Amino acid sequence: MSQPILEIKNLHAGVEGKQILKGVDLTINAGEVHAIMGPNGSGKSTLAAVLAGRDGYEVAEGQVLYCGKDLLEMDPEERAREGVFLAFQYPIEIPGVNTTYFLKAALNEIRKHKGLSELDAVEFIELVKEKMKILHLPEDCLKRSVNDGFSGGEKKRNEIFQMAVLEPKLAILDETDSGLDIDALKVVSEGVNKLKRPDNAQFVITHYQRLLNYIIPDYVHVLFDGRVVKSGGKELALELEERGYESLVGHELQPA
Amino acid sequence: MKETDPYLAKFDELIAPTAGRHPSWVFPLRKAGIARFAELGFPTLKDEDWRFTNVAPLAKLPFKPVFGANTDGVAAKAPGRFTFADLNGPRLVFVDGHFAKEVSTIPSLAKGLKLGSLATAVVSDSAFLEKHLGRYVGTEKNAFASLNTAFFQDGAFIHVPADVAVREPIQLLFISTVRETGATTHPRNLIIAEKQSRLTVIESYVRTVDASYFTNAVTELVVGDDAVVEHVKFQDESREAFHIATVHGQFGRHSRVNAHSFALGARLSRNSIHVNLAGEGLECILNGLYLTKGEQLADHHMIVEHARPHCASHEYFNGILDDKSKGVFHGRILVQQVAQKTDAKQTNKNILLSDEAAVDTKPQLEIYADDVKCTHGATVGQLDDDAIYYLRSRGIGLETARQMLIHAFAGEIIDRVKCDPAREELDKLVWERLEANPHVAEKR
Ligand SMILES: Nc1ncnc2c1ncn2[C@@H]1O[C@H](COP(=O)(O)OP(=O)(O)OP(=O)(O)O)[C@@H](O)[C@H]1O
Ligand SMILES: [Mg+2]
Repeated sequence: MSQPILEIKNLHAGVEGKQILKGVDLTINAGEVHAIMGPNGSGKSTLAAVLAGRDGYEVAEGQVLYCGKDLLEMDPEERAREGVFLAFQYPIEIPGVNTTYFLKAALNEIRKHKGLSELDAVEFIELVKEKMKILHLPEDCLKRSVNDGFSGGEKKRNEIFQMAVLEPKLAILDETDSGLDIDALKVVSEGVNKLKRPDNAQFVITHYQRLLNYIIPDYVHVLFDGRVVKSGGKELALELEERGYESLVGHELQPA
Repeated sequence: MKETDPYLAKFDELIAPTAGRHPSWVFPLRKAGIARFAELGFPTLKDEDWRFTNVAPLAKLPFKPVFGANTDGVAAKAPGRFTFADLNGPRLVFVDGHFAKEVSTIPSLAKGLKLGSLATAVVSDSAFLEKHLGRYVGTEKNAFASLNTAFFQDGAFIHVPADVAVREPIQLLFISTVRETGATTHPRNLIIAEKQSRLTVIESYVRTVDASYFTNAVTELVVGDDAVVEHVKFQDESREAFHIATVHGQFGRHSRVNAHSFALGARLSRNSIHVNLAGEGLECILNGLYLTKGEQLADHHMIVEHARPHCASHEYFNGILDDKSKGVFHGRILVQQVAQKTDAKQTNKNILLSDEAAVDTKPQLEIYADDVKCTHGATVGQLDDDAIYYLRSRGIGLETARQMLIHAFAGEIIDRVKCDPAREELDKLVWERLEANPHVAEKR
């Protein structure tokens, strides 16, 4: 079998002196969709931040390999150029930075890194138009500043739209479903599904089994108090929905 | 000897002998100016309006008012090389405070529109100027405006008659060329846009030398009822120079005024902007950007006086400060008792690119009416780390991310300039300045 896209080995990490991840192990192969679920505060967003390279997170122990390379050594922009993409739980508003300009700059950085030619304005607009159709994103969003004044749902859609344009190898979606109405949820999930390829992988963080009706995971993991305490197939999500985290894992663990 | 003595001596030596000259109302005006200046003296840090800006180094300069100008050097180089050079439309060029007709451009003008040298107009339009010149700017507490009134030689006179729309922006270009330390010019502008007229004026201060000269400018801007006026003041003086400017605005009913200030140059610059919202239902935007580095100081001192009901005033000032430079923003909003339904908003935001840069920002609200909406806010800080992270997480390098955010911050202000070619030029220029600054891209 070929090299995994992501291998997390015994990852311990924290922020501001607080230990949050306490030994995470996880392997994601090309073509797979993994879902990670877990109660509030269990460390899901922390894991995403550590993978994306956010400043201020200290890794105390463990290793993360991305396509065989040491991911934790890389700057956030380097990770992105190598194909890691994080759809933020809370996308940042950046007034004054035009969305089209920003996204074109991002795409061209990634293309340069891959040794591809940069797209000019016309080529870029063509690409964008095509991708917009997938997400049903209002055209006006592109003319505005990045996420500035976007509704919660628009922000989430914009994240997936960016993913569609940047075509990552590993997409980490942090609660992309929260704040979306049913119709938007369908559109966004369909978008995500269309972006699935045999050579990439998706890592979906969610609280609700609802999303997993649309984005069908190959594996479901339960993160609890900084550790993956249970893994299984998609049926695990249903089980969780029915019984809750406590009854599933509570007897196995002392809460922190 | 008092600090002001050399100024009085120069007045007696150079101005007093002109007392008998026509027209007769001018000398008394000057005399009142110098008397007021003598009384007030240079402001000190004890003066509430000058708490954060020390003009002692300026007061110590030898006082050498420039009389007469040599425009030869400028004719060859200028004005093609200065900011806004590519703008179409009339351009009045002033070299060391004196009108330089040879290098100015005054195309045929709309009927009744007057545009030219103030010194000329004082004689040719004496009766009109007597009614207006110096009748708006408050010299009561303003030593520098008083000094200007005593010594001014020239500047622009613009009079737009009622119902006339001046399509192209009018440029006033003040070029300093004198190398002598303490060389002082007193540009004096009078701009009157009558009711229902439209006008854009770009007043810029630039130089050909990097000398320690002093520009002490006064602009009176009178906007009639229903008029729409945009005033852009652009300052890119020598980094050794002192630039003190007073802009006094008097705005009529339902007028729309955008007044901008871009402060890039000078060792010490001060813009005292006092606007009197003198008619009901008018809207005025005061908008400014200062970029400082080295040991520069850029001071904006605003007084927005709501004298009538239903007026809106919005002040937006952003500063980007590097090295040991300093920004000062003092925003006073005065709402008179009659000025009900006032909507006054003020924001001052600053980005510090160095640990040694500093900002003093002070709002001051004086509200005598009860039904008003008044908000103010000030921030001083670094670039938003979350925004930088977000950009980087998409593949954009740290350097570029920082540049994007700083550009956006400056862009908030630049975007409010309505005159397209001026806005584009400002955007290009500010961007070039920022890109040339190593700290813009640096991680701190
Ligand atoms: N900057 C920080 N400083 C201190 N504690 C933090 C910081 N960021 C996160 N935490 C804490 O770390 C724990 C894990 O947070 P994280 O955001 O990873 O949880 P999560 O699983 O994503 O939760 P949710 O489902 O609510 O999104 C929480 O207890 C949180 O309060
Ligand atoms: Mg989270």
